[in-house]
Amino acid sequence: MSEGPAGVQETVLEVSGLCTELGPQDKPVRAVDGVDLHLHRGETFVLVGESGCGKSMIALSLMRLLPSTGRVVQGEVRLQGRSLLDLPEVEMRRERGGGIGMIFQEPMTSLNPVMSVGKQVAEAVELHDPAHAASPRARVLELFRQVGIPDPERRIDEYPHQLSGGMKQRVMIAMALAGRPGVLIADEPTTALDVTIQAQVLQLLRDLQAETGMGILLITHDLGVVAEMADRVGVMYAGQLVETAAVGSFFKQPRHPYSRKLFRSLPDAGKRELGLDIIKGMVPPLNQAFDLCRFRDRCEAAQAVCGERLPPWQGDPQDGYRCHLAVDRIELQASESARHAPAAADAGQPLMAASDLRVHFPIRKGVLRRTVGFVKAVDGLDLALYPGRTLALVGESGCGKTTVGKALLQLLRASGGRVDYDGANLTQLRGESLRRLRREFQIIFQDPASSMNPRMLVGDIVAEGLRAQGIAGDRRAEQARVLQLLDQVGLPASSVGRYPHEFSGGQRQRIAIARALAVKPRLVVCDEPTSALDVSVQAQVLNLLKTLQAELDLSYLFITHNISVVAYLADEVAVMYLGRIVERGPVERVLNAPAHPYTQALLASVPVPDPDDRREVLRLEGDMPSPANPPTGCHFHERCPRAEARCRREYPARFELEPQHEVSCWLYAQRD
Amino acid sequence: MMAYIVRRTLYAIPILIGVNLLTFLLFFVVNSPDDMARMHLGAKRVTVEAIQQWKAERGYDRPLVINTSAEGMRRFTDTIFFDKSLRLFAFDFGQSDSGRNIGHDISQRMWPSLAIAVPVMLVGLLVNITFSLLLAFFRGTYLDFWGVVLCVTMMSISGLFYIIGGQVLLGKLLNLFPISGYDVGAHAWKFLVLPVIIGVVSSIGSGSRWYRTLFLEEINKDFVRSARAKGLSEQRVLLGHVLRNALIPILTGVVVVLPTLFMGSLLLESFFGVPGLGSYTIDAIERQDFAIVRAMVFLGAVLYILGLLMTDISYTIADPRVRLE
Amino acid sequence: MMPFQPVMLATDALIFLLLGLSGGFAWYARRHAHLRAPWRRVARSRTAMGALVVIALYVTIGLLDTLHFRAASGTDEQGNTRYAGEILSVLDLIATPLREQSEKTYSAPFATHLYARETIELPQGGQVRDFPRLQWGGAHLADPLADRAGDILLRTLLGIGIGLFAWLLLLALLLRRSAQGWRQWWSDEESGPQRSAAWVGLLMLILVGLSLTLAGAYHVLGTDKVGEDVYYQSLKSIRTGLVIGTLTTLVMLPAAILLGIMAGYFRGWVDDLIQYLYTTLSSVPGVLLIAAAVLMMQIYMSNNQESFNSLTERADMRLLFLCLILGVTSWTSLCRLLRGETLKLRQLEYVQAAQAFGVGHFTTLMRHILPNVMHIVLIVVVLDFSGLVLAEAVLSYINIGVDPNTNSWGNMINSARLELARDPLVWWSLLAAFLFMFVLVLAANLFADVVRDAFDPRLRERS
Repeated sequence: MSEGPAGVQETVLEVSGLCTELGPQDKPVRAVDGVDLHLHRGETFVLVGESGCGKSMIALSLMRLLPSTGRVVQGEVRLQGRSLLDLPEVEMRRERGGGIGMIFQEPMTSLNPVMSVGKQVAEAVELHDPAHAASPRARVLELFRQVGIPDPERRIDEYPHQLSGGMKQRVMIAMALAGRPGVLIADEPTTALDVTIQAQVLQLLRDLQAETGMGILLITHDLGVVAEMADRVGVMYAGQLVETAAVGSFFKQPRHPYSRKLFRSLPDAGKRELGLDIIKGMVPPLNQAFDLCRFRDRCEAAQAVCGERLPPWQGDPQDGYRCHLAVDRIELQASESARHAPAAADAGQPLMAASDLRVHFPIRKGVLRRTVGFVKAVDGLDLALYPGRTLALVGESGCGKTTVGKALLQLLRASGGRVDYDGANLTQLRGESLRRLRREFQIIFQDPASSMNPRMLVGDIVAEGLRAQGIAGDRRAEQARVLQLLDQVGLPASSVGRYPHEFSGGQRQRIAIARALAVKPRLVVCDEPTSALDVSVQAQVLNLLKTLQAELDLSYLFITHNISVVAYLADEVAVMYLGRIVERGPVERVLNAPAHPYTQALLASVPVPDPDDRREVLRLEGDMPSPANPPTGCHFHERCPRAEARCRREYPARFELEPQHEVSCWLYAQRD
Repeated sequence: MMAYIVRRTLYAIPILIGVNLLTFLLFFVVNSPDDMARMHLGAKRVTVEAIQQWKAERGYDRPLVINTSAEGMRRFTDTIFFDKSLRLFAFDFGQSDSGRNIGHDISQRMWPSLAIAVPVMLVGLLVNITFSLLLAFFRGTYLDFWGVVLCVTMMSISGLFYIIGGQVLLGKLLNLFPISGYDVGAHAWKFLVLPVIIGVVSSIGSGSRWYRTLFLEEINKDFVRSARAKGLSEQRVLLGHVLRNALIPILTGVVVVLPTLFMGSLLLESFFGVPGLGSYTIDAIERQDFAIVRAMVFLGAVLYILGLLMTDISYTIADPRVRLE
Repeated sequence: MMPFQPVMLATDALIFLLLGLSGGFAWYARRHAHLRAPWRRVARSRTAMGALVVIALYVTIGLLDTLHFRAASGTDEQGNTRYAGEILSVLDLIATPLREQSEKTYSAPFATHLYARETIELPQGGQVRDFPRLQWGGAHLADPLADRAGDILLRTLLGIGIGLFAWLLLLALLLRRSAQGWRQWWSDEESGPQRSAAWVGLLMLILVGLSLTLAGAYHVLGTDKVGEDVYYQSLKSIRTGLVIGTLTTLVMLPAAILLGIMAGYFRGWVDDLIQYLYTTLSSVPGVLLIAAAVLMMQIYMSNNQESFNSLTERADMRLLFLCLILGVTSWTSLCRLLRGETLKLRQLEYVQAAQAFGVGHFTTLMRHILPNVMHIVLIVVVLDFSGLVLAEAVLSYINIGVDPNTNSWGNMINSARLELARDPLVWWSLLAAFLFMFVLVLAANLFADVVRDAFDPRLRERS
């Protein structure tokens, strides 16, 4: 943030030649290999990279908190001039929390569940703040106020499980700040949080930095977060920094082929007709010694020299890249275009339609386990899915969007309402008649690790639907169909005899797609199919889904929280809040001219990968209320900056702004 | 919370009825009282009259479930089922087959049982936690490795040998303690020391190893990393964070057996001649006194269910996350 | 005519069934990578391979003791072969000297004289109170006092020699086909576990060799009250221990697996019912339930003596019944574990994907749930084994264990402890039972540890 006059920047953290190894001494995995970086006072340096690139290991090496199998084998870490790696453990403890604070990715598990949050922060105060060590409570309250925890007097005695994820991350930040550190390491601090909460936490970090002048080393995989937070950027690939740059020039002109490919694989509205770039192949295993560029096998711009020796570092350590080629000689091929059938203007008859769909989970209490209330996960929802088109269902965690997907497919039975498919109301169907219809609609899940039985061969997994629906024919026909499906999703025929764990996350998601397509469904519910994947892999899966839709005229219900995926893939968008749809319409309308205050806040919270676009816009305060006890009137009124008296009393009616663009908000009532 | 306790207590009723029916089936239906009498009287004196008399003395001469010869309610109350099984619900254990009042015996004998079981549990807990915490502190070193080897070795030795070995070594060869016997009042302690030592030592192997796994499980959790990241020393991390979390399964594991401490330890009591409920049970089994075995089965079931209930309640006290609904 | 008539006791049949099942499983596992992989991890552990050799020796002895037969004792008038009433096993045949060479009463290990003074008639008339010579133990010695030490040393050396020779022979046979040759096998990292197994094997073979040279001439572990050889009793007890440790689990597995995964998968009233069932059963203290059941069985057996052909068969039935009743008391914990795991599994996405295809409940259970809980079953089976072996001793001590006529370590301890008050101490029966049990249980515990680490994915992820 604060650039400071050039030349007088005070370096607070200096890392040079850091090498970290994991695993046994004789067969080590070199997770970090020769990393140099500087962090100035008041500056944010962002390390960005995909999973497994070693960025978290750098953080743990700095803190000397590596897992028991890990060790730093080379390099130097200087914190305000002191060499951390040479300190005895007793003195290192003083630096942890005192000189460097750290916050982690998972606020849910990073706090001791059986100790009150106040006490956990007080421990840090006692260690690092002699002035308040005797009676830390006042200081803890001050810290809680500083990190924006409302009602700190009450919160201080609460336990972690009583706080929301965002609040927990604020407690973690308070804990890290207790020793007034000069450096804060934030390892994916917002990855586990919803976008609106992420926006709050990132804003908090910026405010605290402005207040205290600490240097922040932020680790993330999200280029949007980079653009929003960074002063300078370092791109990690396979344990090495491959590029460092000031944020402005990085986003204007990334130099390393890997950095460029990352940008080109990001989905957004502009690439709708094109398809996304993919990075072929996989990150090489790090248990080897490299004598060539680590990215060479995946690089489209690779030339003869890349096959001869290790690439040099070009430019300044603070502003350069690791490649043989000059910037203007790096040429990348045009994106492989995904076939995209432009959605027909007139969608025709809906394939599946839900009306007033409700899924309530009873809350039982008392001696006789009587039902005293309901968690209204889905509460009166209407939507229609059209052949060959994609409806994106967008919302934050806990809004009920996954429940909608399962209820539509009758994996969960609805408590009320109807789901019409082909003239039948699915919620009334039972037994054989429902079983026969199941081949028409399938589902793809989020987690490629748990979506396949680890004890089954891929061939059997893909054939499961064929056999269950009795459409396989004889063994040879079945085999042929399985091979054809694998080919369709781009997997080799040899996959048939292998187990799921032998495949990477992206490949497993392809297998899951093949499994769903086996029964030739007309509708596929995609439940966050790419949120567990890295961007370059996500691009492959999105391209595949798009191509398949064009080929097979599939209808998608795409459940996601990722707005850029929506912009790339969806024809229509429905925004969910607390079990109901608050706004729905064509994708370009909803994303460009959102009508509902919640949609507006949600879109404003999404970090955009463009550092010039640091908008100070509407930030949503507070957390989503519990679906067991939704607020009266409009569910959103407690957090809505434009709420009126009427919003507190009545749930808003639905208003049509344009053809097919509907919103449930009293703001638009006068237009009628 | 109250509603939960009430509900769980009500749930105990069908379980106790189940236990009751099970014992009834086992003791009176699988074998008839005639068989028992014949067994008890031995082969020589088995005449029809002797059997009849044996049964009459103990009230086994009535019909099992329905007394067709009686009137009104007595059709159901004047039966073996009512008299021997249903009365247990009122903790009325009746007479043993040798004619003693079982309820009175139990109330007398539970104190020596507790005098051994309670110290064994408390000292054992302390020793095991200390030892396993030590192993956890030195995890990955040779001390840890040999500690685990010691644990596995110790848990591979039958409890019988701990008792026999302890008696021979400490009692017979070193002559430190009396080998067996029991006394009330001030001299009781010298009869208790040896069984308590043996009880504790025989629990170290499996106990310490189990606690060590619990500690290691907690040590690998994220919050321990956060605790280290704020600069806490390894000792404070272990004692303040790891121990506190691992104590939840440890304590609830202890709570579940608390009520059954009344039942005493079968082996210790019988080897050391302690007149507790454990040796009472063993004697009853050896004398084939069915009335006592029945009573102890029922008592054991009641105490077990009590233990389950106490476990649930102790969770809410030890773990702030648990709310009983 | 046959010189013998094979006899199949009930437990024999079940042991063969168990062998068949294990063989079938091994064959199946060889062809499935995910099943083979954890066993590979087991095979890479030095501890596990060493322990396995010990277990293998026990199992071999147990199996030899499982092949039962009646010897031919002559022919009747029609020329049909008559068979003896006594049921013997192959082990009995091998250990015939041990079985038949009974003394009068107690004698210490390697003793040549009885443990108690007796009045001896002197050949030249008159009487003297002295320790009489044993009828068999060291009977070949002319002057026991002078010759014994030398004789024992000689036989020990010979035994070690036999063991060493057999070991080298075996090693040569096993390594004959391996391409790498001796030198590499001896030094490389990969063969470490095999070398551990070889060393333990050498120890075991030497023990076998020593048994051959010493046990026939002396009572190496002494004799008990009625003069029976303690070493023979200990060997015979192996089968009892193994039967209790394995058959108990075998008989309880079907119920535990079926009910456990059904409760977790179907939930609702099925779950309520199954939970009620196992809570009720586990609320009765295990020892008392076993005691009650065994007492009832004793009554039944004494009233139905005629249905058993021989004492051996009766004792065998009692052993089997003990396995059953131990199974009844021990299935509940496995059932509870499986229920919990199934509750987790049924939420997994691949089970939901199967549901989305309309796959039936039974198929889902068999295809998606059962294979993914089998590692828990295996871990529990292996872990339970040593506990059951130890439990047998305790139960026999309370007289609710195996039949008093059955050889078992529990019965050995039980009869020996009555002599604890004796002075000087009769210690060898206890020591023998202790050693035999300890070695088996320790080997089983060490092996179980490795198996658990290899099969428990939670532990693996952590390391």
